[in-house]
Amino acid sequence: MKDKVVVICRCEEVTEEEIVKAIKEGYDTIEELKRVLRIGMGPCQGRTCLRLVARILRRETGKSWSEIDFPKVRPPIRPVPAGVFSVEEAEGASEQS
Amino acid sequence: MRRPKELPNKVDVAIVGGGICGCSIAYNLAKKGLKVALFERSYLASGATGRCGGGIRQQWSTKENILLAMGSVRIFEKLSEELGYDIEYFQGGYLVIAHTEEEVKQFKKNVELQRSLGLDVKYLEASEINNVVDVLDVEAIGALGATWCPTDGHADPARTTFAYARAASKLGALIYTYTEVKGFELSNGRIAKVKTALGDVSCDWVVNAAGAYATEVAKWVEVELPVEPYRHEILATEPLDPLFTPMVISFHDNVYFRQTRRGEVVGGWGNPHEPAGYNLESSLLFVKRFTKLLTKYVPRFKGVCVVRQWAGLYAVTPDARPILGPVEKVPNFIQVTGFSGHGFMVAPKVAEILANYIASGVEDPLMKELNLKRFEEGRIVREASVVG
Repeated sequence: MKDKVVVICRCEEVTEEEIVKAIKEGYDTIEELKRVLRIGMGPCQGRTCLRLVARILRRETGKSWSEIDFPKVRPPIRPVPAGVFSVEEAEGASEQS
Repeated sequence: MRRPKELPNKVDVAIVGGGICGCSIAYNLAKKGLKVALFERSYLASGATGRCGGGIRQQWSTKENILLAMGSVRIFEKLSEELGYDIEYFQGGYLVIAHTEEEVKQFKKNVELQRSLGLDVKYLEASEINNVVDVLDVEAIGALGATWCPTDGHADPARTTFAYARAASKLGALIYTYTEVKGFELSNGRIAKVKTALGDVSCDWVVNAAGAYATEVAKWVEVELPVEPYRHEILATEPLDPLFTPMVISFHDNVYFRQTRRGEVVGGWGNPHEPAGYNLESSLLFVKRFTKLLTKYVPRFKGVCVVRQWAGLYAVTPDARPILGPVEKVPNFIQVTGFSGHGFMVAPKVAEILANYIASGVEDPLMKELNLKRFEEGRIVREASVVG
């Protein structure tokens, strides 16, 4: 079990070990961990990993839930093809419907 | 890099703001052996720095910006090594598209000035553009030509800020994140103390590196800065295989985009009707306009997914050039703001210049030219090469 690699952020392939190391270096908020390790910046935008990261952060720092800052959720929430946004604009869909 | 718990009674320099400017100045001062305390009310790079596009461009229309950017590139080239932390720096170049005869004329003039200052840059005819970026639809975007500088590039802004802060901290600088500055105490026309959430600290110098909020900080000692905040929106796509290395930019369409070393396409569009203000919300208008432009420039991006969009603040001055150095009224109060959307790319050189001034009183000609005094004295030369 000791050599087991635990992937926490699947989009950016960040392991539990890397998160613990960054916390020990002093990056002890999710916002900072996000910028140092890119957790939550991939296609899932943190839906899978951020709660796990928060739990690791609590375990390592003793912070309470209320002391943990979750990053702002960025639109468009789920990945949307560029062509979907641009086509609506180009065809003036809202005026025609 | 741990947040120090105690506040000393006195430091040589107190810095307000933990973006690229504050952190790079902290590093340069600590390297010179000065005692520095930096205060950031949130996390490092939480403001404009961490929200910017990460481009590093030397192609400007005014001499001062060209020299600041060229000096910065020389520093960026060795920065990962110097600071012992990978900032994801990459010299992929900048391709600046010309769409009108007027732009063609101005760009040729810019190239002449840039070359006279030693920059490796050239003017490309429309037919040569695809040699640099083959995915661009040159005809659809109505390109008449472009300028091309291969030594321009990009880096990760948050990582660069962290790199400077870590190196500064190793040299003894005190980096207080999540610690707000609440005001200053004046004595004989100088700032004698900085009041923070952790208590008061005496200092010989104060650096105002608060970005678009620098005007609020300056008001504490009744200094008026002609700086206005403007929201600029930006987005990132899913990562793709490497397709192009330069930043592609158009002042005519107010648009820019690049592919990061990780493969995402990151780009922004400046809304010319954006009102001044501290609004940081994302808008549907932006994502529609930007993707319309992006898919016109590169039609094959229609199927590429937008993953996230966000916004940051430009700190805009009347001439789109930064305000650097001391203010007459409060001579130990150093300004480093008003970059008008291009602070990240010139910060390394700016930090060196300001640290030299603070540590040894050296007045660099660029600092003198870009001092706050220029607005009173009417020495205003507007920078033309901006995505506004």
